[in-house]
Amino acid sequence: MSRFAVTRTIAGLAVLLLLAACSRGQPMAGLSPAQTSSEGDSGPIVPGSAREFSARIGDTVYFTTDQVELSPEAQQILAAQAAWLNQYTQYRVILEGHADERGTREYNIGLGAQRAANAKHFLAARGISPDRIKTVSYGKERPVAVCANISCWSQNRRVVTVVSQGGGAGY
Amino acid sequence: MRDTMPQHHAQPDSLSQWERVGVRGYKLSERHYPLTRRCRATLSPWERAKRPDSSPAEPPKGASAKRLTTLFLLAIFAFLAIPPYPAGAVMEVDITQGNIRPIPIAISPFLAGASGQSAQLADAVTGIIAADLERSGLFKPIDRAAFLERIYTVDAPPRFRDWSVINAEALAVGQITDAGGGQIKAQFRLWDVYSGRELTGESFTTSSDNWRRIGHIIADAIYQRLTGEKAYFDSRIAFIEESGPRNKRVKRLALMDQDGQNLRVLTKGTSLVLTPRFSPNNREITYTSYEGGRPSVIRMDIASGRQEVVANFPGMTFAPRFSPRGDRIIMSLQQDSASNLFEMDLDSRQLRRLTTTQAIDTGPCYSPDGRQIVFESDRAGGRQQLFVMNADGSGQRQLTGGDGRYSTPVWSPRGDLIAFTKQIGGQFLIGVIQPDGRGERILTEGYHNEGPSWSPNGRVLTFFRESQGESGGPRLFTIDLTGYNERVLPTSAFASDPSWSPLMK
Repeated sequence: MSRFAVTRTIAGLAVLLLLAACSRGQPMAGLSPAQTSSEGDSGPIVPGSAREFSARIGDTVYFTTDQVELSPEAQQILAAQAAWLNQYTQYRVILEGHADERGTREYNIGLGAQRAANAKHFLAARGISPDRIKTVSYGKERPVAVCANISCWSQNRRVVTVVSQGGGAGY
Repeated sequence: MRDTMPQHHAQPDSLSQWERVGVRGYKLSERHYPLTRRCRATLSPWERAKRPDSSPAEPPKGASAKRLTTLFLLAIFAFLAIPPYPAGAVMEVDITQGNIRPIPIAISPFLAGASGQSAQLADAVTGIIAADLERSGLFKPIDRAAFLERIYTVDAPPRFRDWSVINAEALAVGQITDAGGGQIKAQFRLWDVYSGRELTGESFTTSSDNWRRIGHIIADAIYQRLTGEKAYFDSRIAFIEESGPRNKRVKRLALMDQDGQNLRVLTKGTSLVLTPRFSPNNREITYTSYEGGRPSVIRMDIASGRQEVVANFPGMTFAPRFSPRGDRIIMSLQQDSASNLFEMDLDSRQLRRLTTTQAIDTGPCYSPDGRQIVFESDRAGGRQQLFVMNADGSGQRQLTGGDGRYSTPVWSPRGDLIAFTKQIGGQFLIGVIQPDGRGERILTEGYHNEGPSWSPNGRVLTFFRESQGESGGPRLFTIDLTGYNERVLPTSAFASDPSWSPLMK
């Protein structure tokens, strides 16, 4: 937790509020192949299911431009994720770090990696074994919103927590 | 006394061997115009016409006769292999300035042998030469409809007056003939229309599959002879071909000639691939792939398609580049929240750490002599800037500063400039700067320009430009070092991350 670059300070409260609004309106499905579960997307949400995680807990946290620090809103969501993962210990997670398109390709891979690493530190500090967590960065390669303005870019600066059971999560 | 003829043997990408020699051994023509037997290496410089640009039409009659006499004298001198003119005072094109007057050049339709195939090839090769020269921005090929003389042979001088009348300053003639066994022979000569001198001439025999390269090699010879610059047309561009919707892009590694032709797609698109770079011998490409679920540095042999994970250890690796000798790959390795630069020796597989930060160090590029590395880092204030260090990681110093963000540095093959992407005021620009941090110059700007790569002669840059919105995507562009002559490099699909190869061998 102490390894965050000190210079990356949190931006203003107004931006945080905007991001909070964004995050509530997010479509949660279809972000990653690993997320598809056998239960399907319809019917009642089963407690302890991957669908419950994405729909009720929230699988995505957002960042301000070029920042990697976790906002209070992001910390709240990650805390809920940690509680859920502590309850359902059969799950492993991959933290997918993303950046918006307003950066260069390779730098954005580094940026997404820092965001994912910070989320990992947070979950680990809340009692999730680092062995259950993997991180990957997609840089600007996997946007969820594709318009060319700030409303979309802010949705793309994110870390998505993808849960799966057993050892099959990712690489 | 004999002229030394250049002999080049090269293997282009699993195609058959080349034979490349200077034009030689011509007998006296029926018209008794003995041709020079000189190869371009020993030709004396082309003397630029001394007339002002405003009165380009006909030279006085006396001058024409005088030229003819000169030609005879020339022929005699040439026969004796004594340089008829002193060397020096070369430049025909002033290419150091932005304001370029393209040289009007006539490229006579190349002659063909008896076979139908060589007729087609001759036409196609002529087109390639004209297109290459035109794209450079330094030449203006003259419409063949204006030609007065029809060339019937490459073995006799043309009627220079017929070419000066249409304002051609140079004339290229050539022919393609079937050499049997799937081989074709290509010959060409380049003439200075005003002085009536032969500037260069060469002959090639190669597999007919290589016909595009013949066009590029001849265009290179013309370009090199008339500009004094090194060649670059016989080269390729690796890039990422993009398809599918913007939020589900499929990316494939692809390769094409520098003029956009001869497309080859090298990966299937099942995993994300990014930022290819050529090896110095042109045979391999290193790039970043998500095939294993996370970014890893891959090395691919182009001819066989064989791929190998270069750095297979915990953490993500990305942004790979070969060293100038091809024996090492430098890359970013992300561990925890930091990305640092590491260098892998490809023989020993030893990994050496070059930077130690808690920041993002990436976009590395060696200087052409391999002694220094330029890279980008956000270590100072969280904003990307360019840094230079010695190849062992020592002596790190910041090259850029100020409000902008600088990234994707690439060192010119000439060594004198570093090109970069600069973000400022919501715009993405392409620019160049000297390795000492002075002389920053912006070549192009706009919503999103990124990832410059140098032509093998350090004269032209290719980069990609993104258009906005859901249906937008990246396209490749080229631009002259001066900032002039910006062109789209046409591709059938969206394309990004261009990497210009060294000159083919």
